[in-house]
Amino acid sequence: MKKFLALLAAAILLTACTSNDQKPTTTVAPTPAKAAVEKQIKAGFIYVGPVGDAGWTWAHDQGRIAMEKADYVLPSTFIESVPEGAEATRVITGLVKKGHNLIFTTSFGFMDATLDVAAKYKDVVFMHCSGYKTADNVGTYFGRMYEPRYLSGLIAGKMTKTDIIGYVAAFPIPEVIRGINAFTLGVRSVNPKAKVKVVWTQTWFDPGVERDAADSLLDVGADILTMHQDAPATLQAAEARGAYVIGYNSDTRKFAPNAFLTAPVWNWASVYTKTAEEVKNGTWKSQQIWWGMKQDLVRLAPLSDKVPAEVKALVAEKQQAIIDGTLIPFAGPLKDQTGREIIGAGAALNDGALLGMNWFVEGVQGTIPK
Amino acid sequence: MVEILLDATVRAGTPILFATLGAIINERAGIINLGIEGLMLIGALSGFAATLASGSLLLGVFAAFAAAFAAGCIHAFICVQLRGNQIVSGLALTMFGIGVTALFGRGVVGQTIDGFERHAVPLLSQLPLVGKAFFQQDWLIYFSFLLVFKIWFFFYRTRWGLELRTIGENPAAADACGIQVNRYRFLAVACGSGFVGIGGAYLSLASTPMWIENMSAGRGWIAVALVIFASWSSFRALFGAYLFGGITAMQLRFQAMGTSVSAHILQMLPYVFTIIVLVISTLRLQKGASQQPGNLGQP
Repeated sequence: MKKFLALLAAAILLTACTSNDQKPTTTVAPTPAKAAVEKQIKAGFIYVGPVGDAGWTWAHDQGRIAMEKADYVLPSTFIESVPEGAEATRVITGLVKKGHNLIFTTSFGFMDATLDVAAKYKDVVFMHCSGYKTADNVGTYFGRMYEPRYLSGLIAGKMTKTDIIGYVAAFPIPEVIRGINAFTLGVRSVNPKAKVKVVWTQTWFDPGVERDAADSLLDVGADILTMHQDAPATLQAAEARGAYVIGYNSDTRKFAPNAFLTAPVWNWASVYTKTAEEVKNGTWKSQQIWWGMKQDLVRLAPLSDKVPAEVKALVAEKQQAIIDGTLIPFAGPLKDQTGREIIGAGAALNDGALLGMNWFVEGVQGTIPK
Repeated sequence: MVEILLDATVRAGTPILFATLGAIINERAGIINLGIEGLMLIGALSGFAATLASGSLLLGVFAAFAAAFAAGCIHAFICVQLRGNQIVSGLALTMFGIGVTALFGRGVVGQTIDGFERHAVPLLSQLPLVGKAFFQQDWLIYFSFLLVFKIWFFFYRTRWGLELRTIGENPAAADACGIQVNRYRFLAVACGSGFVGIGGAYLSLASTPMWIENMSAGRGWIAVALVIFASWSSFRALFGAYLFGGITAMQLRFQAMGTSVSAHILQMLPYVFTIIVLVISTLRLQKGASQQPGNLGQP
């Protein structure tokens, strides 16, 4: 019995540490082969989660499907729920050996595995999402999600009645913190009295906990929520309590037909189609892509009818300003939570400061777990 | 505030409660079931898919019970009929549940249904503090209250319950008394698994009406630990599941209210608590004060 208890304790700790450890499954998408023209692209995708997560991986898969519409792209392969680390190296190598000439690895944790395999197969092009290491045949790509987050903040700031907005945050990493800050700057630019309260769930998809976190924010007076997880639990919480909600990842308004206002969403098709075209033409060069709304990698989902016309007009105006480069969300003067000035008027945070962001701007209520 | 916290506690604790009750029925018959996590997922997906197809929540709950019952039959067949290793079979059931739900769940991702709604019990729901938490809930939660009582009644007030407990303690003696050991054990494992499935369905039909891969997120393992904490009693299982749900609910609310306690410490609490429970239960086992069925885990 004691042995059993020990085993049990180990099992529980294991679950606590790694919440998704499914076996990788391979699926070849059934698309009819296309007529051969010039160099053909046979792309392989490595996903960290299941396509069924309705969030991050799902959005990537939509991009993959859109890419296949080009007539020089052969049916592509994706492998989902690949564990980060040594297993990833094996899976990527397997794809290369099966004749894929363009590989997309869609999670930060695949960075070293991607570079390892790329060093052995110089004639294959690799694209790694959200990393910072490159090689001659390895490029990186990511999106400036903070731009549509800023715009969604404008809507929240205009529409809140209680001046309390709830943010159901995932993990305390720069990407999430940047989103919270950009959103808050958007809110405060139109409503300096408003506060953004942050609750960390430390999950990417555990609907139960996320729903409870959303409820806890509604309980302290928030009347608009937004979130950073893959599961639409926050949307359901807002719908059930008659609050408003701003989604994330993809347009999931059917989970909250009355509460949904908009969502900052990914449009990976822009990168995938462009890369496939460049590889076909032989013009591809290794670079670090960090595209924003200008290149249409990130978008704001269509605004719901609940958003007043004047707010819609404001968002459209600011969106154009972001695309034109006349509005920079992280331009000074910027103050942190304690009121200390981070950057003065006339300057703006550079990409390095954005990518390593580990502090909250003024107006955020919450702490970053250290 | 206390009222809201209690309400969140009950809602967070209910899926774990169903799973723990199901596991208790398994172990009372002497069979360890480590497949709880997989059974919850099977229940969650079947319940959601059935409700989506039929529009009836009741059918969803039945489907969740039936699917988990069927999966439990596999475990029962291996452990009871074939006398296979219960630990291995249980772990395999969990892996199977994760895989099979991922495969068949793909078609219903992103679909929506109308979940269970709250129904207030007249008068009782007006009680201060406990009214909202216990008497303004959905039907599944009322059913869980009933189940806690029913299981206690079954084990301590009926002949079948007594016989089942005898089997868990000493199957040879039970057999000598003319009890059909294998038939009882098989049914106990299958029915227990069915209730675990309803726990999963609570997630996909009431808590967050949707299907997402791996949505049980480790709650099944917590239930396995709570069986020991509850020392195989359904009332203590209720206490344990709510304690666990309460800690989760509390840490989120502490953050929302802006307390200065580190979020990391708060998030550790449920797991620290699990370890403490395991240590205490092990110490109690050494003192011989355990309620553990004597023949638990023996093939």
